[in-house]
Amino acid sequence: MKRHLFDTLLILTISLLFTSLLVTVVGASPADAFHHLLNGSFGSWSKFSRVLNVWIPLTLCSLGLLYAFRTGLWNIGVEGQMLLGAIGTAGVMRLGVDSASPLLFLLLALISGALLGALWALLAGWLKTRGGVHEIFAGLGLNFVAMGIILWLIFGPWKRPGIASMSGTEPFPRELWFPTLEGWRVSPFALTLAVTGILFTAWILNHSRFGLKLKAVGHNPRAVPLYGLSAQTYMLIAIVISGALAGLAGGLQVSSIYHRLIPAISSGYGYLGLLVVMLANFKLLPIPFIALFFAALNVGSIQLPMMMQLDSSLSGVIQGACVLSALLVFGLRRLKAGAKS
Amino acid sequence: MSDLSLSILLASVLATAAPLIIAALGETLTEKAGVINLSLDGSLLLSAMVAFMVAYESGSVTLGFAAAAATAAAIAALVGIFGIYLGQLQVAVGFALTLMCKDLAYFLGNPYSRLQGPQLISMKIPGLADIPLIGPVLFQQPLAVYLSLLLIPLVWWYLYRTGRGLELRAVGENPEAAYTRGIDPRRKQLLYTLAGGALVGIAGAAFSLGIKPGWGRPQGIEGIGWIALAIVIFGGWHPLKVALGALLFALLQVIGISAQGIWPSIPAQVFQVAPFPLMILALLVVNLLQRETIRHWLQQRPGLALLAAQLHGAPPRALGQSFKPD
Repeated sequence: MKRHLFDTLLILTISLLFTSLLVTVVGASPADAFHHLLNGSFGSWSKFSRVLNVWIPLTLCSLGLLYAFRTGLWNIGVEGQMLLGAIGTAGVMRLGVDSASPLLFLLLALISGALLGALWALLAGWLKTRGGVHEIFAGLGLNFVAMGIILWLIFGPWKRPGIASMSGTEPFPRELWFPTLEGWRVSPFALTLAVTGILFTAWILNHSRFGLKLKAVGHNPRAVPLYGLSAQTYMLIAIVISGALAGLAGGLQVSSIYHRLIPAISSGYGYLGLLVVMLANFKLLPIPFIALFFAALNVGSIQLPMMMQLDSSLSGVIQGACVLSALLVFGLRRLKAGAKS
Repeated sequence: MSDLSLSILLASVLATAAPLIIAALGETLTEKAGVINLSLDGSLLLSAMVAFMVAYESGSVTLGFAAAAATAAAIAALVGIFGIYLGQLQVAVGFALTLMCKDLAYFLGNPYSRLQGPQLISMKIPGLADIPLIGPVLFQQPLAVYLSLLLIPLVWWYLYRTGRGLELRAVGENPEAAYTRGIDPRRKQLLYTLAGGALVGIAGAAFSLGIKPGWGRPQGIEGIGWIALAIVIFGGWHPLKVALGALLFALLQVIGISAQGIWPSIPAQVFQVAPFPLMILALLVVNLLQRETIRHWLQQRPGLALLAAQLHGAPPRALGQSFKPD
């Protein structure tokens, strides 16, 4: 436990030193930059609720990735699965406009998003298990295809009457927004969903037979067949769960954040989720906290262009620096352990 | 199609393919030695930015190219050190680097957005450039185009006709055996990771100082690094086939741009993603061709079998694994 704390502090120190150096190089004050990052994310309840709005999809994606990683799969396609989830949700919500029971459509829409995300993941899984195409390239290719589909929808069949533009589809009416509390920017429903996802994943991965089998497949993919099912089937199930959670995240982006379909609907949270899981060293417990930290960086960095004329991509640099210093620290630990034995 | 437009098509294919060939050949060197450098997409972007920044500040295109090569080699060094010496997953390091370098490029390049900077001049090849019609189009290209075409036989020759090339391949196929023969696999792997990275950097500079001049967010080359990685697989880790793959891909891109004119109702962005499903399809075909049943089916069709044999390619056996001497 003490070692974990030490490592965490070490990782943070290395990445903050690197970031400070970088900010100094472009002629700005690191203290100012960190102040704006902190103030922009935790400065008020309204800002913090924006952080939570990023935390929810980021956590869902990271949880999904964990299932795939357990079987040894790199589900880089999580980004595209999120996009397909957004499409699935937006598609059903379009049908719900002017209906008598908008809430029913809202729930159906989320389910359809999760299904479409799962389907997109299944495609990547099949390409891997049946076609022998490495999941990194299958997933990545499908991400770009998903982006193409979104753009085609926004500029084609789903375009706003008269004008098609990068600003997205026609916004949905208020009845189709997820209900929220007075003064809240974040939907309590979405928040509950994410927390449930964490608890459910904890139980599945660490306390169920299914979770054990996933782990066994990850350790030795050739140990077939396990309890009647082949290792490949377990891989497919894991990647489908991964895709469903990413699809759900995409669906929430449409139904509770943007209230329409926009080209950048995923905000890159799929790729960011991969970094979250790596920094968590592929363990569940640190994920919610790292996701919160990353979400705060994303939201806080919005202040940088306005207050300091710095590019907001600094948040991404900090996130990457954290992961790299973590890999460095883990690697040095390994080296030390190897030298001892 | 008239002679002139055909040669213009050819010229734009060569220009589009040039950075792709350079980057993919660099990655081929690295992967042949057994290391997978997944950071290509971010490396290309960051080195393109550095090339533009240095060339803009110094006025020297040559300095820009040198700085870009050094930048991407430094990124590759991280993949090498983390992956080879610290035993971390090479794909994990590469993926984290690709995301970070992209953001780093946007962050540091912010002040250089949408500026006019120096560019690689087109070089006339004396004599050939004076051929009527095709001469001015084919033999008056940016230097990077000639470099890319020169690199193809050069990399092939190095890999398959020199002693060092043999060592390189030995390290990628069977590092243990190479080790017992007195080669240090880790040093060799790090060396070719650096060399491959430097080529990727030159490719990045070729973009921002020539093929897609300038800097901005987005630059327009986002995603190209992933395509270069896929082309290495598609080309079966063989430099000639890798280069051919890059040329084919460039041809598709050029055709895509002209197709936009034919179907203006389809948004431009859709054409930009068209290469990716083709990439998946190509990888699928390459893999399916190695199946027993399909091979059997092909045996009765000699013509097709010959074609399939050309597409066949196996990865270096130690690819992505870190060697540990005892």
